[in-house]
Amino acid sequence: MSTAPALTRYADLPALIGLMTGDEKHRIAAESTREVLWVLYDRVLNVSPETAEDPDRDRFLLSKGHGPMTYYAVLAAKGFLDVATLRRWAAFDSPLGHHPDRTLVPGVEISSGSLGHGLGLGVGTALGLRAQGRHRPRVVVLLGDGELDEGSNHEAIAAAGRLGLDRLTAVVVDNGSATHGWPGGIGERFAREGWTARTVSGRDQDALYDALTAPHGNRRPLAVVARVRPKG
Amino acid sequence: MRDVFAETVSAALDTDPRVAVVLADISADRFARAAQRHPDRVVNLGIREQLLIGAAGGLALTGMRPVAHTFAPFLVERPFEQVKLDLGHQGASAVLVSTGASYDGSYYGRTHMAPGDVALLDTLPDWTVHVPGHAAEVERLLRDALAGEGNVYVRLTERGNAAARPVGAGLVTVRAGSRRSAGVVVAVGPMLDRVLAATEDLDVTVAYTATVRPFDREGLNQLVAQAGHADVLMVEPYLAGTSAHEVAAALGDRRHRQGSLGVRRDVEVRGYGTPADHDRAHGLDTEGIAKAARDFFLV
Repeated sequence: MSTAPALTRYADLPALIGLMTGDEKHRIAAESTREVLWVLYDRVLNVSPETAEDPDRDRFLLSKGHGPMTYYAVLAAKGFLDVATLRRWAAFDSPLGHHPDRTLVPGVEISSGSLGHGLGLGVGTALGLRAQGRHRPRVVVLLGDGELDEGSNHEAIAAAGRLGLDRLTAVVVDNGSATHGWPGGIGERFAREGWTARTVSGRDQDALYDALTAPHGNRRPLAVVARVRPKG
Repeated sequence: MRDVFAETVSAALDTDPRVAVVLADISADRFARAAQRHPDRVVNLGIREQLLIGAAGGLALTGMRPVAHTFAPFLVERPFEQVKLDLGHQGASAVLVSTGASYDGSYYGRTHMAPGDVALLDTLPDWTVHVPGHAAEVERLLRDALAGEGNVYVRLTERGNAAARPVGAGLVTVRAGSRRSAGVVVAVGPMLDRVLAATEDLDVTVAYTATVRPFDREGLNQLVAQAGHADVLMVEPYLAGTSAHEVAAALGDRRHRQGSLGVRRDVEVRGYGTPADHDRAHGLDTEGIAKAARDFFLV
């Protein structure tokens, strides 16, 4: 018999997501990030509702802002959001829309929607923390493989590698949605630019945890490619 | 102006730990010494202008006061979506400092001209836009911008006025017309000396400002109230009519006329040569302004 409070477990995510309706187009995108988001917020990121404004918190930047239902569900499960808020998602005066807005949602680090903005913001965040001598916080940016088409990412990937931003992590959820694909694999793009790249199953929580937490070398940013079933 | 910019920001780096500079190769030489002293706060990203603004946004999200700098077209136009989304939309802010103005780099051609920069930023709320007309004005405006909050654009040119004017407090009257004057001419930044020469035989009030956003609506309204006619000629060093909506709002309580001089919108002036050649092509040389002023004020 479980004694956990209601709707705070991984198994509760479907119920939380079920409170939000109306974005069938992006539901697949939301599904693809479920395990990654859960592992990050449950086991990796050092951030909680109590430390959401702490300058030494870990930052999670959802660059792939479409399909944020799972993100909202995880934030609700972890106490950043009231569960009741989910029911009114996408209403005019709801803080929750089809793309997240950092000025409206506690714990959301960036407003996203237009693709290819999160990694550049992540580079700047990592630079800002380093300049302030805050060497402990991590900056984790979640992207999609289709989003990688945006050239802005490649400006950020190259610069982050050369600048040695070892507190920066890019998680690329690869559901094979890039129209022209990434021959040789996505990890190779990052490795060539000086990142440590790891490719794991996006459904294997332990493999994701290991890839996100195993030491990855000084002055090298970390890229974790989380492969999931290609979208139909 | 670019040297004063580098000196002012370098000095601020020494005293204010919030200040950080991101560069895209342009002017990196001018920040070489500051980069040695503050390697984590002077970062040259290479020729990556989308990242230039994205990184500025990220720095701001950690509480820093970032300065981003390159030529105007590559600072404002090329990464405009980053300006729109990675700064204002995030609730983050930075100080953007451009160089090259509308056509300082005339010999480079159209690719290095950005006469639309102020109009483009005008599509976004809450930007402060400075268009200094003298190097000494740059220092004052930049110091305030670095110490303050909010998004600020500082538009530098190498073609300023002979003397610095008071900045930071709205429209300044440089030459007052009589009670029966033909109206008011507003000279923005580097246009002042040419406007003064072009209107020396007209009975008009000439007002100056190095700050066009927020626009000093109240100040303009008062100057017009003291003039013989509610006729206002704006002379701006970027796209003609960029501030027409501000003038209209400032004078919404009275019947008025307004004229707008600036860089032409109707054609792409496809030439190289000198900035003075382009002044003539746009009617922004002294003769061109004088003729347009006489036509507008019906004298």
